[in-house]
Amino acid sequence: MIVYVTKRLVIGLVTLLLASVVVFGVLEILPGDPARIMLGMNAGPDALEALRQEMGLNQPAPVRFFQWLAGLVTGDLGRSYTYSSPVIDLVQERLVVSLPLALISLFLSTAIAIPVGVFAASRSGKLSDTLTMGTAQIGIALPNFWLALLLVYVFAVGLRVLPAGGFPGWADPVEAIKSLILPSISLALPQAAILARVTRSAMVETLGEDFIRTARAKGLPRRKVLWRHALRNAMIPVLTILGLQFSFLLAGTIIIENVFYLPGLGRLIFQAINQRDLIVVEGVVMLLVASLILINLAVDICYAIVDPRLRIGR
Amino acid sequence: MTIEQTAVDLSQRHVLRRAFSNASFVVGLAITLTIAIVALVSLFWAPYDVTKLSVASRVQGLSWAHPFGTDHLGRDILSMIMLGARNSIAVALVAVGIGMGLGVPLGLWAAARGGWIDEVLMRTNDVIFAFPSLLSAVMITAIFGPGAINAIIAIGIFNIPVFARVARGGALAIWPREFVLAAKACGKGGFLISAEHILPNIANLLLVQATIQFALGILAEAGLSYLGLGAQPPMPSWGRMLFDAQTRIAVAPHLALFPGMAIVLTVLGLNLLGDGLRDAIDPKQRRTL
Repeated sequence: MIVYVTKRLVIGLVTLLLASVVVFGVLEILPGDPARIMLGMNAGPDALEALRQEMGLNQPAPVRFFQWLAGLVTGDLGRSYTYSSPVIDLVQERLVVSLPLALISLFLSTAIAIPVGVFAASRSGKLSDTLTMGTAQIGIALPNFWLALLLVYVFAVGLRVLPAGGFPGWADPVEAIKSLILPSISLALPQAAILARVTRSAMVETLGEDFIRTARAKGLPRRKVLWRHALRNAMIPVLTILGLQFSFLLAGTIIIENVFYLPGLGRLIFQAINQRDLIVVEGVVMLLVASLILINLAVDICYAIVDPRLRIGR
Repeated sequence: MTIEQTAVDLSQRHVLRRAFSNASFVVGLAITLTIAIVALVSLFWAPYDVTKLSVASRVQGLSWAHPFGTDHLGRDILSMIMLGARNSIAVALVAVGIGMGLGVPLGLWAAARGGWIDEVLMRTNDVIFAFPSLLSAVMITAIFGPGAINAIIAIGIFNIPVFARVARGGALAIWPREFVLAAKACGKGGFLISAEHILPNIANLLLVQATIQFALGILAEAGLSYLGLGAQPPMPSWGRMLFDAQTRIAVAPHLALFPGMAIVLTVLGLNLLGDGLRDAIDPKQRRTL
């Protein structure tokens, strides 16, 4: 187990390091002088020089890379030029919106998908299975921002029960949660459709195996076999997709937060890109990549917990 | 013509026959062809000129003259959807082409050579996979400038590792087979074997992946153009139409309805097509996939 986790950890760290080279490299080879891009065409030479000095742009690229890397490790992501505050503060401010949004979406999609997938698998080949999976096919094809518009039309414009956008802050938790409901459903439903299909196919495969027949033959109730024995064995592909979905959720927030005018990380990075605030872009992208790698590491460890066979060997 | 190649042809004919008796494949093909035809027709004809703005006929409901209504600039929604289909398909198709064109040779190369080349290529893949693809696509298009071409590149780049992985995985399963050993014994090199023996045998696999990536490409393009990073006006795009519809959702919900339905229908058609194809290729997996 320890060897397995250590190996995954090392692979994760190497990927993270390479990713940081890529992020730094891409923003490095961009045409133009970052200082000029930030200050605009009318900036005087003194202001440009001062900003270059402040950003450390006069030093060679490898030196700046290691300085930036050291900053990342110590949690210093640099200072945003447009917001004139440390990037890490901006991230913290936005995280209180984006993290709950992602977690609620992840919870919703799992809570919908796993029962639906198990249900469809248990009636594999029957009409209810076909109908459920047909609905899932449509769910997969739904662009989340269109779903968002439809939800806004029904619940904000029509029924007037939920806000169409904006975020009131956590001072009023009820209003804050209310403003996150429609965004999370928009993010969760298409993901749930994918997850339900994966759950179903993994379950159908598991249900065909000998140990399931044995469990049924020794008189265990069907319900127990389904949820205890089969689901646990079907979890590996489900976990894989769940890990991948986190990536889609993060990317999804960039669009959904724009639809609902939520002041989250997605909106921060989108605005930072448009304003050429490259320090913010670098920092937030690295943070997202790091969290993605961490999630995948967690998924790998979950594999080992779910399936003890993986603990040894690899 | 060698023996194993005729065997492949035969099996492909079988695949096609099985595919046409698969409901998912037939429905998917019908939807996809319909949308492709709509896109092709829009090259020559559309009910109205979408570059002509008409304030007099702005935000109209459904009518005989404008079956899907008109937008805030008086443009015919049906015509815009038709041109949008062309835009979506073009972007997603070329992005798949980039992914296949670069990814498949890389995957085949990795499988043929093995060793450190394989290791380096696959680790590079992992690094690209570490980036949330849509987020990176947003970054690329925003930094290098919005537009259809940059959207294609941004979506295409993330197709490369996908196809590389599928091609490598498929190729690794074919390499130990007897007919490859025979080709090796004939003195053929890794390149020739990959091109003549491996590629035809993983073509089905790649085709299924292509339909999946095509569908994802349509969704990604819609997302990018919703953010204003895809095709630029006056070229209509489904995502952009949804963006324009958003602020008018209370007064003219039909503006949001049709472009969204166009996206769903296209993606649904491609996914059904891919599912049916996969079932036809591997009937054993039919129950599980």
